Amino acid sequence: MIRTLFRSRSRKIYDFHGGIHPPERKDLSNGTAIAAGPLPSQLILPLNMHIGAPAKPLVEPGERVLKGQMIAEPSGAVSAAIHAPTSGTVSAIGPRAIQHPSGMDAICIVIDTDGKDEWIERAGVADYTELSPGELVDTIRHAGIAGMGGAGFPTSIKVNLGDHQRVEELVINAVECEPYITADDRLMRERAAEIIAGIHILQYLLNPRRTLIGIEDNKPDAISAIKRACKGCDIEVRVVPTKYPSGGEKQLIQLLTGKEVKSGQLPAQVGVVCQNVGTAYAIKRAVIDGEPLLSRVTTLTGEGVRQPGNFEVLLGTPIRDLLVHGGVDPDNIGRLVMGGPMMGFTLHNPAVPVVKTTNCIIAATLEELPEPPPEQPCIRCGSCADVCPANLLPQQLYWHAKNDDLEKAQHHNLMDCIECGACAYVCPSHIPLVQYYRYAKAEVRQQAADQVKADKARQRFEARQARIDAEKAEKEARRQARLEANRKKKTETASAPTVDTAALKQASLEASKAYKAAVKAAKAAEADNADNLDALKADVDRLKAIADKAKAAVRDAKEAGPAAAPAEDIVGKLKKQVGDASSAYKTAVKAAKDAEANGDDNAAELRAKADELKAAADKLKAELRDAKANAPATPATAPQVDPVADLKKQVGDVSSAYKAAVKAAKEAEENGADNAAELRSQADELKAKADQLKADLRDAKANAPATPAPAPAAAPADPLADLKKKVGEVSSAYKAAVKAAKEADENGADNAAELCAEADRLKAEADHWKAELREAKASAPAPAAPKTPPAPTDTPKAPETEAPQALTAVDPEVAAKRQKRLKALKTAYNMAHKQYKEAHAALERGERNGDIPAEELNAMQQKVDKLKGKADVARDALDALVEEAKADIRAHTGKDLKTLKLEAARAESALADKQRELEQQRDSASEDTLEALSSELQALEAEAQIARKALKQAVEEQGLQD
Amino acid sequence: MALISSTSPHTTVSNNTGAFMRQVIYATLPGLAVLTWQFGWGTVINVLWAVVVALVSEALILKARGRPVAFYLKDYSAVLTAVLLALALPPTSPWWLTLIGVSFAIIVAKQLYGGLGMNPFNPAMVGYVLLLISFPVAMTQWIAPGEAPSLVQSWQLFTGQLPVDGLSGATPLDTFRTLHSSGAGNESELASHGILHGQFAGLGWEWVNLAFLLGGLYLISRKIITWHIPVGFLAGLALPALVAWLIDPVRFADPMFQILSGGAMLGAFFIATDPVSAATSRSGRLIYAALIGVLIWVIRSFGGYPDAVAFSVLLLNLCAPFIDYYTQPRTYGHDKPNRGTQS
Repeated sequence: MIRTLFRSRSRKIYDFHGGIHPPERKDLSNGTAIAAGPLPSQLILPLNMHIGAPAKPLVEPGERVLKGQMIAEPSGAVSAAIHAPTSGTVSAIGPRAIQHPSGMDAICIVIDTDGKDEWIERAGVADYTELSPGELVDTIRHAGIAGMGGAGFPTSIKVNLGDHQRVEELVINAVECEPYITADDRLMRERAAEIIAGIHILQYLLNPRRTLIGIEDNKPDAISAIKRACKGCDIEVRVVPTKYPSGGEKQLIQLLTGKEVKSGQLPAQVGVVCQNVGTAYAIKRAVIDGEPLLSRVTTLTGEGVRQPGNFEVLLGTPIRDLLVHGGVDPDNIGRLVMGGPMMGFTLHNPAVPVVKTTNCIIAATLEELPEPPPEQPCIRCGSCADVCPANLLPQQLYWHAKNDDLEKAQHHNLMDCIECGACAYVCPSHIPLVQYYRYAKAEVRQQAADQVKADKARQRFEARQARIDAEKAEKEARRQARLEANRKKKTETASAPTVDTAALKQASLEASKAYKAAVKAAKAAEADNADNLDALKADVDRLKAIADKAKAAVRDAKEAGPAAAPAEDIVGKLKKQVGDASSAYKTAVKAAKDAEANGDDNAAELRAKADELKAAADKLKAELRDAKANAPATPATAPQVDPVADLKKQVGDVSSAYKAAVKAAKEAEENGADNAAELRSQADELKAKADQLKADLRDAKANAPATPAPAPAAAPADPLADLKKKVGEVSSAYKAAVKAAKEADENGADNAAELCAEADRLKAEADHWKAELREAKASAPAPAAPKTPPAPTDTPKAPETEAPQALTAVDPEVAAKRQKRLKALKTAYNMAHKQYKEAHAALERGERNGDIPAEELNAMQQKVDKLKGKADVARDALDALVEEAKADIRAHTGKDLKTLKLEAARAESALADKQRELEQQRDSASEDTLEALSSELQALEAEAQIARKALKQAVEEQGLQD
Repeated sequence: MALISSTSPHTTVSNNTGAFMRQVIYATLPGLAVLTWQFGWGTVINVLWAVVVALVSEALILKARGRPVAFYLKDYSAVLTAVLLALALPPTSPWWLTLIGVSFAIIVAKQLYGGLGMNPFNPAMVGYVLLLISFPVAMTQWIAPGEAPSLVQSWQLFTGQLPVDGLSGATPLDTFRTLHSSGAGNESELASHGILHGQFAGLGWEWVNLAFLLGGLYLISRKIITWHIPVGFLAGLALPALVAWLIDPVRFADPMFQILSGGAMLGAFFIATDPVSAATSRSGRLIYAALIGVLIWVIRSFGGYPDAVAFSVLLLNLCAPFIDYYTQPRTYGHDKPNRGTQS
């Protein structure tokens, strides 16, 4: 009893709100059997006959294809294959007018048919249960089957739900509720067994609890045919009353199951899968007969057709051929509709092809479907609300859409409109309501897209602001700490270990504040599902690290006693620096020369740089000498060398490196570079290091006696050799300068005179050194006190004979070639990027205007994606080349570009710091301190110049200026 | 071949707004017939005159607004406004009364707001209220039921050649209100006034209202209107009347008397159902009409006017947009309907 009750309940046909009963006009075409369509001389197969990514052509123009041969493969998850509907030759792959309301063009494969209709080998499977569901899905995918009801959604997606998705009901849509169309009706009458076989395959794939076929009661023959065919199997035939739009997916699901698909969701989410009856037939043909989707049953009807009926039309058949085949007098038709009269669209061009979704062509006379009457004012009669299957208030939607009041339109659930046209059908004022809704929907979508864009920009901005604030706070804390330390140092002459815990605490507090702010921002972003979540999280991590470090520093400061910093091998370090500096100098000289040779504007600048580098190298050498002199006197007890100065330098280095890194990271972020996170983490490391070193420095300062400048040493290690080297260097510089000047002169460069003067100056310097060398040689046995190299004086002497040389020779040809390639690639990338941008803009425009249906937008989307891919490829190539150049720089200079950049930036900012320090201390510090500071400043200046130079040279050598 | 290019749907129903309006006009014919039977030719003359005034006013104002005249005249909305207003006027109305009322309704209440579909108030009722306030005497001079003047007399009344006084008599609603406001409202007094005791309700007026009910049912059967507004209207009027009458049958008129007196049926089926100025959702229309009904009962029972259809309709016209915001239907796929103005 309960069981029968339940059964009768489950057999109930539910109802949906609204609906209309337009004249059916089905008797025009449902009286005759499905006939073969024409075999046109040319078939036009759009790559996008379905929803999703367009298929990828597998053939070339000129290639002969056989019937059933795959000519385009699916190009993504949501895509479907295309097959040659008959044998012939591919004559073109290019833009042709396609099935679209706007009459736009899209890429099509054009086949000139040969009339032989030669098949490829077909491989059907009599018993599909031999195949795994995965294999079956693959078969369906490669057979190119897409929803035959009208939307054209690739079927392989819909039948491949995954194990977690339980299918309660498989609904087969055989309603065919639109007037005129009888394709499914005839298919069911004539090929019911094959349809049922297809449904069985669907059942096998989806394993539904129930399978329901919904057929409208105006197709009694089809109902009985299907009922006969599925006798004895677990398929329930449900007859639904004739009402438009019962065949809408959501409406049919409601009719048969009483379930409502939630707004914005898919039927699968309520356990229902809906397939068109024609799709089931196509699945059977594909799986059991091994025939991919090559044709479909299309109704050719309307009063303009002499013999209306249903035809098995090859995909790609131009409508014109079909019209001729059906006996249409072109002069007698007033309107050509693809699809039904309620949701179809008018065609302007009969050359467009029949595609997988073309269920009907209406060639109507002007009397049959006359011009729409003029629009009258809406009187809010409410007829539209009475027929709306979504239970909307179309009159209110119209009002709001017309006033561009999108917010109110959305409040009235504009986006739930299925555009069935029932409202416009009944409207006594003949208002094209659906058109207003399409417009408003497109506007809403556009606004949403704009909103997403704006949100992203805002979040980026806020993240950046937070970062900048955090950095500012850190800086301020550091400054405070430094001031505090200085004050302490001044007031406390005693060697008590006074680490400025207060300042550190302050810094720690700031850091943790910044960290918390970032955490909040990240959470907010997470709530918003923002895209830049990763970046924000990285930010959070970074700030956390900083905060932790600051805390650790506070802890350390509290615990730290008078612990001394480890000793450093000053001499070794200096040696290396000297080596670096002089090689930088040499490369600079060479660069200057090259520049001059090329008549570059910056030749003078380069030369000046070379000079600066030289000075720096000299200074370093002097320092080295000093250090060497000191070294034996102070063997292993390194801290006494001058840990404070050393640490200061290190701190300066590291913190400027950190700043450079932060800057680089920021730039990278702004440019959206991939390595931004990496750079940031690098910056963090540097920061941590700087903090550590600062703490060390403070400790050391506390420990060390206040003697900043190292005392001059007793004797240099080998002044002679040194001097010799110097002489060699200077004279080679001189030679280079002379050569450059000569060349400049020959080229008529403006700076020739300048170059000459420069050469003279170098000569003087060389002479000076030579004199010194002589002197030194003379007093060789006696340990002479080293002299710091004085500023070059005007003591002219003969040049030496040593060619200037870079660290490693760089082949200018290679560089030039690379530069050329770089330029070419850059142009290519720019072009690709521009195309992509244009396509993107077009797509956005299309979405905004809303007169382009989803399929078309998809096509455009794909085009945009393709162009983006192209641009990316070009960029990658460009990047690869840049990387190559960078690698070369590494090979030539022993450092990679980043390091060079970092070094340069580090030197610069260390210099700036030092200058600031000097300024600050000018009034307060003792003369000794000031002196020490200014000497430090000089050293830093030189260092900065070297680094700058090295970077510039490296970059220029590899043609990477841009 | 020049193919038509248009958006879906490609077919629509053959009817149009003009046909819709004409149906409503046809549906008033039974009421007009009974009014003529009871009160003479005055109403017919006024209806015809009102139509002329309406068409001329509409044409002039359309011309002034730069709109296509013929196109808008064909929507019959001006004619319907004129007919409804003329049906509400006393059959003794002189030509100038109708002229003022109808031209004001068309020019000010409708076209100055933007024309058909844009007017927030029912134009016929705006015209009616203007006349009621400006010319209270002329607007309350009805003829005693069954004492219909001849066609000549009616014409003379229309042209103003015949003084009204000799022919006029009180309506049942008037009589009932006067009895109570003069303090004479006791059972024997009520019984002594024959006009209060027709077949079902007030003498003469019961037939008028039944005739409009008939026309209204025709409109429902033709799906020109839905049942929501008439049912809401009559329920809103009858239910409070029933409760009050059960409590005090002398002080309060019975519900049958209420719904078959004055402009009740005309209001319920023809006035309140004007879709432009009414609430638009189904539940909204029920609420809208019920409040009109309640308001009519309140004004009839406690107010200064014997009838109150016009005032009640105009007041609820004001509320219609608000009601609409709170009575959206539940859209397919949504758990509950949206309420208010913000989502």
